[in-house]
Amino acid sequence: MIEEIRFTKEHEWIIIKEGLAVMGISDFAQRQLGDIVSIELPRVGSRFGYMQAMAIIDSVKASSDIYSALSGEVAEVNEKLLEHPEWINQSPYELGWIVKMKPSNMEETELNSLMTTEQYNKFIGEIEKEKEKEGENERVGRH
Amino acid sequence: MKTPFYDIHKSLGAKMLSFHGWEMPLQYSGIVDEHINTRANVGLFDVSHMGRFEVKGFDAYDCLQTLVTNDISKLNDHQALYSPMCHNNGGIIDDLIIYMIDRQKFLVVVNASNRKKDLEWIVKHSKSAVIENISDKTALLALQGPLAKKVLDKAIVDVNLDQLKPFHIAITNIFGIECMISRTGYTGEDGFEIFFDSSEIDIWDKLIQIGSRFNIKPTGLGARDTLRLEAGLMLYGNDMNENITPLEVPLKWTVKFDKKKEFIGKEALLTQQINRKLVGFEVLEKRIARHGNEVLMYGEKVGFVTSGSFSPTMKKSIGFCFVPMHVSANQLIEINIAGKLYKAKVSSSTRFYRRK
Repeated sequence: MIEEIRFTKEHEWIIIKEGLAVMGISDFAQRQLGDIVSIELPRVGSRFGYMQAMAIIDSVKASSDIYSALSGEVAEVNEKLLEHPEWINQSPYELGWIVKMKPSNMEETELNSLMTTEQYNKFIGEIEKEKEKEGENERVGRH
Repeated sequence: MKTPFYDIHKSLGAKMLSFHGWEMPLQYSGIVDEHINTRANVGLFDVSHMGRFEVKGFDAYDCLQTLVTNDISKLNDHQALYSPMCHNNGGIIDDLIIYMIDRQKFLVVVNASNRKKDLEWIVKHSKSAVIENISDKTALLALQGPLAKKVLDKAIVDVNLDQLKPFHIAITNIFGIECMISRTGYTGEDGFEIFFDSSEIDIWDKLIQIGSRFNIKPTGLGARDTLRLEAGLMLYGNDMNENITPLEVPLKWTVKFDKKKEFIGKEALLTQQINRKLVGFEVLEKRIARHGNEVLMYGEKVGFVTSGSFSPTMKKSIGFCFVPMHVSANQLIEINIAGKLYKAKVSSSTRFYRRK
């Protein structure tokens, strides 16, 4: 089971707390998106498979799907984000948590695809280097 | 392509964006922060990417009168006019501002995305007027917000800014450097646009310095878009293009059919069957609508979104869309955003914000 924070290739983070998988988006992701102005949350009780889209974030400039980092059932959603979507920008790992899920079968394959903090930092380091090389200046969301 | 202020934006850590080939600042401190600051205090914008052409000579007046739908005979020296410029079929080539320096010298400012197209079109119709592209020789900054005048008062000594009326210009000095200022803008706030030689980039830092006590902030294209949308101002490429006429969007007032001179597009516009109109809308749920999203009424597609974004002032998702002529204010519509339908309401105007 994951005890430390892990990251997906789509820039979600996940950590297990009191048996529930807490998820959100990384600081890198919130910086890419810019000012987040709304979020569409899933319903409590809904089920999602690994890397299935479960929420949508709107920033001023773009919309972005949020993917589930594991398969499971939504136990709790951060409803405060409906009034304060900017918490995702200001506090992506604390106040900006998005959902808490009851994991179903935690498959080995799912676990292996998740990156540790060190691996994730390397991953985003490579993204930034490529951006520099291409001279691409702006990546607005993921669509 | 880069404006003279590119290095400044990079040194300020601006998040950059490629806008029609121009490397421009999208945001510095954040779109919402910069937007709110412009409405409360003052923002400084680099808008040097826009095109600037001088139209000179004996035929300059006739050339422009023929090219645009609005009537420049109303202009006095040192006055400016906004107008669309149309094709023979009434489709909009660009929207622009014409500044009359005098009867034989005009400055035309056009959208960055249309620099080449507009220049070629104007030259084609210039008769004996001399057209000079001064876009690269000059820089253009905009100072916008309720405190813009207070900032500029400190930089400009030869002109009493209280007497500079909206859509009027003054040829003067800023920090001792030759410039032209106009009381124009794209934000719905009071403000000025400042034209000067492109080598004088120090003017940026000097404005930031004297403006700091008025909370001046560098402001990027992101906030420029949310500000103009709230103010009901259209953006070429989004709300207007060559398949849209000024009579289909709220620009009927700029088409002066009774103007003495013929203008390009007049016949087509006089006889046009208008069957759609551009209106403002407010999404009743929290999603942001985007350009191209379908608009539905009673399950049928009736139009599409031309501009959509977030309004930091109203804290709502707003935009402009095309609807059939019979649709009135408060009509409920649905907007297809990424495959799902969201309820929205037609507004009474495209103008969501009015400054006090």
